[in-house]
Amino acid sequence: MTIPPAIRRNLGRAFLALLVVAALFLVTVIYATGEALLAGTFLVIIALAAWLYTSQKTYAYRYLFPGIAAAIIFVVFPVIYTIFISFSNYSSRNLLEFPRATQYLLDQTYPGESNTFSFSLFPDGAKFRARLEDSEGGAAYLTPAFAMPGDAPVEVKAGPEAAAGFTPGDPVELGDVIAHEENLKKLTIAMPNGAKLGMTGLSEFAAMKRLYAAQPDGSLLNNQDGTVIRPNVRTGFYETASGEKVLPGFQVKIGWDNYTRIFTDPKYREPFIRIFIWTVVFAGLSVLFSFSLGMVLAVLLNWEALRFRSLYRLLLFLPYAVPGFISILVFKGLFNNNMGEINLILNALFGIRPGWFSDPFLAKVMILIVNTWLGFPYMMVVCMGLIKAIPMDLYEASAVAGAGPLTNFFKITLPLIKRPMLPLLISSFAFNFNNFVLISLLTGGRPDFLDTTIQAGTTDILISYVYRNAFVDSGQQFGLGAAISTVIFLLVAAITLVQIRYTRIADDEKR
Amino acid sequence: MAIVTNKSQRWRVLAAHVFLVCLCALVIFPFLLTISISLRPGNFATGRLIPAEISFEHWRFALGLPSVGPDGTLVYPDLPVLRWLWNSIRVALVSACIGLLLSTTAAYAFARMRFAGKKAALTGLMLMQMFPSVLALVAIHSIFTRIGNAFPLFGMDSLWSLVLAYSGGIALHVWTIKGFYETIPAEIEEAATVDGATPWQAFWRVLLPMALPILMVVFLLAFIGAIIEYPVASILLHSQKNLTLAVGANSFLYPQKYMWGDFAAAAILSGLPITIVFMLAQKGLIAGLTSGGTKG
Repeated sequence: MTIPPAIRRNLGRAFLALLVVAALFLVTVIYATGEALLAGTFLVIIALAAWLYTSQKTYAYRYLFPGIAAAIIFVVFPVIYTIFISFSNYSSRNLLEFPRATQYLLDQTYPGESNTFSFSLFPDGAKFRARLEDSEGGAAYLTPAFAMPGDAPVEVKAGPEAAAGFTPGDPVELGDVIAHEENLKKLTIAMPNGAKLGMTGLSEFAAMKRLYAAQPDGSLLNNQDGTVIRPNVRTGFYETASGEKVLPGFQVKIGWDNYTRIFTDPKYREPFIRIFIWTVVFAGLSVLFSFSLGMVLAVLLNWEALRFRSLYRLLLFLPYAVPGFISILVFKGLFNNNMGEINLILNALFGIRPGWFSDPFLAKVMILIVNTWLGFPYMMVVCMGLIKAIPMDLYEASAVAGAGPLTNFFKITLPLIKRPMLPLLISSFAFNFNNFVLISLLTGGRPDFLDTTIQAGTTDILISYVYRNAFVDSGQQFGLGAAISTVIFLLVAAITLVQIRYTRIADDEKR
Repeated sequence: MAIVTNKSQRWRVLAAHVFLVCLCALVIFPFLLTISISLRPGNFATGRLIPAEISFEHWRFALGLPSVGPDGTLVYPDLPVLRWLWNSIRVALVSACIGLLLSTTAAYAFARMRFAGKKAALTGLMLMQMFPSVLALVAIHSIFTRIGNAFPLFGMDSLWSLVLAYSGGIALHVWTIKGFYETIPAEIEEAATVDGATPWQAFWRVLLPMALPILMVVFLLAFIGAIIEYPVASILLHSQKNLTLAVGANSFLYPQKYMWGDFAAAAILSGLPITIVFMLAQKGLIAGLTSGGTKG
């Protein structure tokens, strides 16, 4: 605290300048790895930060910037980026961007016709040396000591054995060579004459030639068979003259193709429509059941003639307090067809063993049971608050008029809490509309439809269907998944608009 | 006064009790079963709900202790439950700290300062809540793959990337803290400013200490939110040693490898502390929000 203010101010500036320099260095590092978009994003953030924290006019934004920036980068930007991906063919077959896919093809090698070298590996301390002997000429070469390549390829230069000054002891056993085969395949040995050798057999290295050579017009010449492959920006693949696709493909914009697939191609439309209907039914019934149960309980727990109310409340609140992923998995085990405790009890009582996970209808019933169990405590707590706010004299008046509890409920309680509850019910609907955790952990969308060509589950909701397309089933259809996600965005936005409308109405009535 | 006072009252009270007791039993039933399952030997239903003999094999599994296998050798658990719990706690602690830092400062600007775009920013934060991150999983996956190309530390299969991904979810916290700040009279900070405090000092030394209860509550809620988060963690983390509990817990119940008893023990071990923390935070949230108005 004894530092003079002038120095303090300059200290802050110097610190900021240092941060900016460090950040700019980071941007160069990112740019060097080829992530131009990321580097650009970073640069904009740094520039914005530097301006906000030096200008006097922007004082309030200094407090906002870190939080808002984090929210924009990790919440808003992914949403926009999802929409962006939905117009591309991004998938496991088209994973790389064009320059990287081209580079991948250009890096492909094949063993040339030239003579081969017999290969042996020698330990040198913790490292290794490779000895190569020309299978025809007999000349022997030795590499300096190198560490076994990990994930990244390694290149070492070999020199004549005589000049190396290393007397090889016992070579590494063949079994150990086999154990290291995957790593050794990443090893390139540069010969004194400039030839590059790669592993072609367990004890053989041979000159590797580039499979493709870049042509001036952007096509690639296959050195092995002389064919030419050209990039096709419509399909996102390099293609031979006959239209044969060469893997890996690259990402291209394909316009509305993903959307037309979802809405017009029967192969995709059929499961999409079924899943959409179940999503709406699931979300609607979940809200209905948990609200009904929660409401009844709230009325009961506000009934002063009842004792032990706080104990009941505590117990009934438990499902809300236990982490969802744990209770869902507990139910997954309890409902298990053969080994679950629920079927054990049902079998003992009624002699039945329902196939909760194999029958589509029962699976849906189970999901609704579990979701009601998970959801009613929240409704109960909210309803209790709202019921407490209803003036007691209304009930006193109705008691004077001789009304019973049912009349009270339907004529006083329900009408009065309906309007403030509506926005909450809508947001609960929106939550369940995207209740990925429940579906994913409980059934994973299974049992699957048997009559669709695309893998889709009878209990899948839209978002879990996206997850399956993008991350679980083969194919990693990111583009398609992003398109379905975008459709969900629009649906959620529509639900939100409705909710805002009803929130306004509820607020207006309060005044 | 009692509202309805006729003879059927007593019967109704009794019916209500029966209904509530049955429902409570239904609610408690899965929890009690889980305890029983975690204590009985073997991983299969045995035909009785109360275990005939108590076995701690599943608890040993959950705690990572070796147990004696059928052939007499020591068998070490193949699922590192404690490590997952520790991963979850680490990620949750760091991301809750970051989230708290970001949201207290932003909430201060929203509660006390005037600036262009304030209303729009507040509405924007509210709208953000409507679009859960699960909708943008594809993009999040792609973004972190790209970041990983430049910085492997923040790429795929890293707990740090999870921390980053969680740090943006501050919208609700900003609203909660802002609401609390607004219950504290601005005159207190103005007095500090008159005494020569900068806005930062007024915030850091005057307002924040008074807002401590709500900061605790928001911290706990952010902490729990990160612990129970499943979708983002499930796409960002792959290797077994890096999983969080929410992702790892999913690997107990495969048809090929059905470790029901082990899961039950692990579920209680990890679920109990989280539940207690959540109950405390819930109580605190209500208490913190209502006590705010009378402070100052």
